[in-house]
Amino acid sequence: MNPDLVERAFPSAAPYLVGREKVREFARAVFATAPLHHDPEAARAAGFADVVAPPTFPIVIAEATLQQLLAEPDAGIDFSRVVHGDQRFTYSRPIVAGDELTATLRVTSIKTLGGNSMVTSESSMVDARGEHVVTSVSTLVIRGEDA
Amino acid sequence: MSILNGIEVGQVVAERAFPISRDSLVRYAGASGDFNAIHYRDDVAAAVGLPGVLAHGMLTMGLAVQPVVDWLGSAGWVSDYQVRFTRPVVVDPQHGATVTVTATVGALDDAGARIDLTAVCDDQTVLGKAHVRVTPLA
Repeated sequence: MNPDLVERAFPSAAPYLVGREKVREFARAVFATAPLHHDPEAARAAGFADVVAPPTFPIVIAEATLQQLLAEPDAGIDFSRVVHGDQRFTYSRPIVAGDELTATLRVTSIKTLGGNSMVTSESSMVDARGEHVVTSVSTLVIRGEDA
Repeated sequence: MSILNGIEVGQVVAERAFPISRDSLVRYAGASGDFNAIHYRDDVAAAVGLPGVLAHGMLTMGLAVQPVVDWLGSAGWVSDYQVRFTRPVVVDPQHGATVTVTATVGALDDAGARIDLTAVCDDQTVLGKAHVRVTPLA
C-alpha cells in the first residue's frame, strides 16, 4: 500500500440523483418493507418530501468513490484480495428521493498489520445546496500475499 | 419521543429472522451495483479459497438494521449506523442461509438511544460492534 494516498485530494464524483424507483429497488433488496421507503404519501405524512432511502443506501454512491481509490495507478491495491472490514454511515439528515448528492473521497488512514493492509477512507456527501447529508466510512482489508 | 419512553437499557426492542437465498444475492447485486462474482458463482468462490458463495457484507448490514427501522416507524430515524464484518455468511444454493437479528437497547440519553444488534447465522455471530444511533423525529 502506498502511504502517500492519505490526505491526497480526489476530485468529487459526478452528482448522483436519488430516484424514487431506485430507493424502492434498494429497499426491496435489503428486506426493507417500511412504508416510508415505498409510499410517497406515507413519507409526506411523516414530514419528508418523498420516499426515504434505507440507512445503508449511501453505499451505492460511495461505490463510485471507492472505485476512484482502487483505480489510483500507484495505490498498489489488488482488488481480488480486498475484504470489507467495517462500515459506518453518519448522517446529518435522512436521504430522500429527489436529493442530488455529490460525494468526495478522502483516505484517512493506512495501516499494515501482519502482512495485511487496512485502508480507511471516507466519502462525504453533500446535497445540491452544498449541505452535508451523510458520510460513509469504509475500512478495506487487503490480504497480503501470504495471508 | 414516545417510542423511547419507558424503554430500558438491556431491553430487546425487535427481533427478526431473514431467510437469504441465492436470489436475494442476485437482487442485492443488481440494486447495489456490487457484481463481485463471489456473491453468485460457486466456481469463482472456490477458486479464491472461500467455503462457498457469500452474501454481500453490505446486504447483511442492510437487512440487520430493518428490525430497528420497523420498530421506529415514523417516530425516529437512524442517524448513525456502524458494523464490523466478523464472519462471512455462506449461502447454500439449495437451502440458503438464515440471519437472525436481535436489537437491544445499549444506551439512552437526551438526544436518543443507541441500539445494539446481534446478527447470528448457524449459531455464529456475523457482525461485530453493530451500533445504531436512533434520533427522534421532531
